[in-house]
Amino acid sequence: MSGAAAKAGPVVIDAGGFDALIAALAAEGREVLGPVKRDGAIVYDAISGQGDLPKGWVDEQSGGHYRLSREGEAYFGATLGPQGWKRVLHPPQQRLWRTEGTGENTGIIAEPLDTAKRAFIGVRACDLAAIAVQDKVLTEGLYKDPHYAARRENLFIVAVNCTRSAATCFCTSMGTGPKADKGYDIALTELEGGRFLAEAGSAAGEARLAALPSAPATDAQAREAEAGIAQAAAQQRRIDTDGLPELLKERPDHPRWSEVAQRCLNCANCTLVCPTCFCTTTDEVTALDGPETERVNRWGSCFTMDFSHVHGGAVRKGAKSRYRQWMTHKLGTWVDQFGEMGCVGCGRCISWCPVGIDITEEAAALRGSGG
Amino acid sequence: MRKPRLGVWKFSSCDGCQLSLLDCEDELLAVAGAIDIAYFPEATRKDDDGGRYDIAFVEGSVTTPHEAELIRDVRQRADTLITLGACATSGGIQALKNGADVTDFIAAVYAHPDFIDTLDTATPISDHVKVDFELRGCPISKPHLIELVAATLAGRAPQTPAHSVCYECKLAGHVCVMVAEGKPCLGPVTHAGCGALCPGYARGCYGCFGPKETPNTAALAARLAGNGADKRQIHRLFSTFNTNAPEFREEAKAHE
Repeated sequence: MSGAAAKAGPVVIDAGGFDALIAALAAEGREVLGPVKRDGAIVYDAISGQGDLPKGWVDEQSGGHYRLSREGEAYFGATLGPQGWKRVLHPPQQRLWRTEGTGENTGIIAEPLDTAKRAFIGVRACDLAAIAVQDKVLTEGLYKDPHYAARRENLFIVAVNCTRSAATCFCTSMGTGPKADKGYDIALTELEGGRFLAEAGSAAGEARLAALPSAPATDAQAREAEAGIAQAAAQQRRIDTDGLPELLKERPDHPRWSEVAQRCLNCANCTLVCPTCFCTTTDEVTALDGPETERVNRWGSCFTMDFSHVHGGAVRKGAKSRYRQWMTHKLGTWVDQFGEMGCVGCGRCISWCPVGIDITEEAAALRGSGG
Repeated sequence: MRKPRLGVWKFSSCDGCQLSLLDCEDELLAVAGAIDIAYFPEATRKDDDGGRYDIAFVEGSVTTPHEAELIRDVRQRADTLITLGACATSGGIQALKNGADVTDFIAAVYAHPDFIDTLDTATPISDHVKVDFELRGCPISKPHLIELVAATLAGRAPQTPAHSVCYECKLAGHVCVMVAEGKPCLGPVTHAGCGALCPGYARGCYGCFGPKETPNTAALAARLAGNGADKRQIHRLFSTFNTNAPEFREEAKAHE
C-alpha cells in the first residue's frame, strides 16, 4: 500500500480497537498474519485478534541461545522470532513453471502469480527495513521477481515500534530502528494497560484508523511511547559501521577470518534466518513415468559448496572463504551493489547460529590487527 | 527401447532401504513400467540369472567373507552400481564392532558360535569396489529414491544436495531445537535428505544421513559440551548409524 503521508495526529486504541482493526482487515479479504507462540519461539501465523498474540511473554536472546519466559503483560513484549516476513514474501520454495504435453505439443505453463491480499501485524522497524532492502533487490533491479512483486503489491503493514530490545538487537547502529519511520500503513507503540498509540503512514492506514474507536493521544501518552522506544534503543548492542565496507574489502587476509572459520559450522543457518538474504537456486523436478518437468526456485546459501560450484568444483571450499564472502557482502560490497548495507541489525544470525557466532563481534575484531 | 535391467542386492542390513522401494506404492507402477526388475528377492521370486545388469542397487555393508566375494561379482556384472543407505555407505550400526573384539561378541550372543563366519569389521561397499552413486540415510528417503531413479533413467546426476539438515529445517520453518531448547542436535554436520524429520517432531537430529559436505564436527562438539553434554554423550551421539563415517568416527574418538 502506498499513499500520501498521514496528516492526522496519533490516536490511542485499546485491545477492542486492535481487534476491530484485525476484523476490518480480514473483512477486506486479507489473510492476517501476526506473531504467535509456537514450539518455544515467536513465529508468524494467522491471527484473528489480540487473543492470539503472545501476551505476557518476552524473549531472552544471545549467541546461539533463544528462550521465551513470562514477564509483564505486553502483547508485543517478545521481539523477533527465528524467521522474518521473508518466508511469506520470498518463500523458501516457489515453482516458476511446469511443462505439459509431449513432443511438438509441449507447453510451458508459468506459475500463476500469488495475488492474495495480506496484512502483516507487528512488523518491527528492522524487518520493515529488510522488506525495503528486498524490494530494492527483487523489484527495482535488472532482474525483477514478479512473484515477490505480486505479494508485495497487495500487502497492508501494521508496524509495531519496539519498547524492548533483545540483547542481540543492533538496529540503532544500522539506523533502521527501533522506531519505524516509513514503509508502514499503521504504526503502533504499545502503552501500559494494553493500549496502543497508533499513527498512520499511508492514506489507506489513515482511512483504516479513522474507522476505529479511538481517542486522540494525550501529551503524556506520546511521551510514554517515546520513552518506551528510547528504552529499547538503550538496551542494544552496537556495531561501528564507520568505514566498515572499505575495511572489510581491504582485509581479506586478516587472521580473524581463519579464527572464525574454526568455529563456523557452514550450516547456512545465518543466511536462512537473515531477512535480507535473497539468493535462490533452482531445482529441476522430473516425473518418473513421463516427460513432465517443473522448475522450482529454492532459497540458496553462500555457505554451501554448490553455491560457488563452477567447472572443476567449488571456488569457496572452506568456511573461511564462505564466511568472509557472506559478511563482506552483507556489510561491504552490498553498498557497491545496492547503495546501502544488506544488514538491518535484527540480530537473528547471532541468536540462530548454533554456535553463536556474532557478526558485531567479528566486525569489531576485524578492525583490530590480531586474530 | 529396451528397459534397463535392475538388480537389488542385500548385504548386512535390516532390509529397511529395500523396503523403501516397495514403499513407493503409487510410484512403484511407474518404476516397474520404466525398469525391468530382474532380481529383487524382497519383492519377486526370480533368482539372479547370473547375467548383466544395467543398474545394481546394493543395500548393506560387508561383514562376512562371502559378502566380500559377492560384491566383486555384482560389480563385474553391473554397469552402474548404486548403494542404498547408511550400511552400504558407511558400514551401518554394525560397524560399532570395528576395533572391538569380535570373538567376545560371538561368544556372548550365539549359543553355537561355531556356525558363525564373520569378518572383524563391517565396511562400506566403497571399501571393496567402485561405487557410482551413494544414497544416504537410515533408511533412505523416498523422495531421494524416486529422484535417483528418475535421474538415472534420464541419464543425469541426481539432485541430492550435500548441505546440512539445518538447511532443510529452516526451509520447513521448524524452530531450532538446539537454540530454543538446548537439545543436542547433529543437524549442522549432517547431510540433508530427510526433510529435517526429527527436528520437526521436536527431537535433535541423530545423524542418520551421515556427514554433510565440509562438516565442522569439532566446533559442534564444543558447543554441545558448552550446553552441558559430557564426553560420553558426545561420543555416543557420533557413534550410531554412521559410526564408521570418517568424520563422525574421528569426532567420537576425540571424546572417548
